[in-house]
Formats: sequence, C-alpha cells, structure tokens
Amino acid sequence: MDRIPILQMGKFLLVTIQVDLHDRLALTLQDDLTAKIEKTNAKGVLIDISSLEIVDSFIGRMIANTSSMARILDAKTVVVGMQPAVAITLVELGLTLTGVQTALNVERGMHLLRTSLADKEADDVCDQV
Amino acid sequence: MSVIKSDVLPIRSEQDIVLARQAVRKLTQELTFSIVDQTKFVTAASELARNTLIYGGGGDLYWEVILDGGRKGLKLSFKDEGPGIPDLKQAMTDGWTSGHGLGMGLSGSKRLVNDFEIESTPGKGTRVTITRWK
Repeated sequence: MDRIPILQMGKFLLVTIQVDLHDRLALTLQDDLTAKIEKTNAKGVLIDISSLEIVDSFIGRMIANTSSMARILDAKTVVVGMQPAVAITLVELGLTLTGVQTALNVERGMHLLRTSLADKEADDVCDQV
Repeated sequence: MSVIKSDVLPIRSEQDIVLARQAVRKLTQELTFSIVDQTKFVTAASELARNTLIYGGGGDLYWEVILDGGRKGLKLSFKDEGPGIPDLKQAMTDGWTSGHGLGMGLSGSKRLVNDFEIESTPGKGTRVTITRWK
C-alpha cells in the first residue's frame, strides 16, 4: 500500500505530501504520524502541502484533526506552503482550519517550531528553579 | 447552447475520486480557467464525487464542455441511484450532515461554482449539476 514518508530531524518530524491524496492515504498518514510522534517523542511536526493542488473538506479535516491529535500528544504542528488558490478555495468552501498553525514556507515553519520549543524549554527550566 | 465534447467517468472507488479530480483539472486547463477558478471547480468536483460515492453508493460523472453565445463553460453532473435526500433544504445548510462529514460538501461546493442544481428523489437517487463559465 502507498505510504507518505515521515522524516525525523532531531525533535521534529517532517512530512511532504507530494501525491494527489486519496482518502485512505490521508487517514493512513494520520495514523502513521501519531504513532511516530509517540515513538520518537517528537515535539513538533511540519507538514508541507506546497504540492497539493486542492484541499477539499476531507483533506482539510484530516489536517485539522492531525494537528489536534499531535497537540494532545504534546507536539506542535505547522502546516506550510499552502498555495494561494487553495487558501482562497478553502475559505469559500467554509473551512478555516481553526487551531491549525500555518507558515508560508518550510524555513519559516521550522523557525516557528524551533522558537516554540525553545520557549517551552525555557519555561520548564523556570518551573524547576 | 451547444456541447463541444462530453464523456462519462465512473465514481465507484476512492481512486475514482482522484481520477475525476485529475480529469476535471485537465478540462479546466484546456478551457484556460484562471488558477483560482481551476482550484475552486476541482475542489467542488471532489466534494460532489465523494458524496456520490459515500452517500449515493457510487455513480457516474457526466461532463460536457459547452458553448453558450460567446462563452465557454464546463458542466459536470454527478448522478447516483442511491437512497436520495429527503430534505434538500436541510442538506444545503452549512454544517448539517447526515454522515460523519463536516456538512460543508453541498453548501460549500455551491459557493465555488457559477450554477448549481440539485435534484433528488428518495429511493431513486440524486443528481447534482454544476457549471463554471470561462
């Protein structure tokens, strides 16, 4: 069966969706990603959707759910690279991806993850002192 | 109004939804729709194809490239012989769902296209027709 690769980079997981997602593949990714967060103790997930030409309500819901699941597993998710036409369509469709953190590109997304992890670690140190 | 070309695609599996999206994308490109119009129409097609599969138990997508006066357009009809929709007004409401979806499929797709028609007979099936003009 097809699978979307999940790469580990330090405390973060990287996913680049480069194929036209059929529904089952989207759900498999959700399962794989949550399992991998648990296994690797990842603190952040970056999902690159720059190759996705459409995001319909099913894929949009998968992205929103994955982000919520990751948050419950103590990992922050950033979705990067959404094409402008996709953003316009999503909002008109009625999906605003509430609660999903986004960034324009991979570089900014990684910056966001690193900053939020650094802030979190600083808070933890403060708590211990 | 004249039909320049037309064809039928089956909607019987998840893979068919992907194939339908790709076929519609190609047609919108041939009609030189803008990127935003392409994306809106393909997204609407994806929503309706999924409805045909999940709620209608599968069906067919009839597409036509049409010429009306000087303008060209793409018309898609999603037809199934499923249980039908008893209350169309309710089904067209944002957030209402009979299944596990978000309830954005029908009402959302309507906002993404120029013309939207729905006919449904309980026990007989449903047909949704959408058109986008260049």
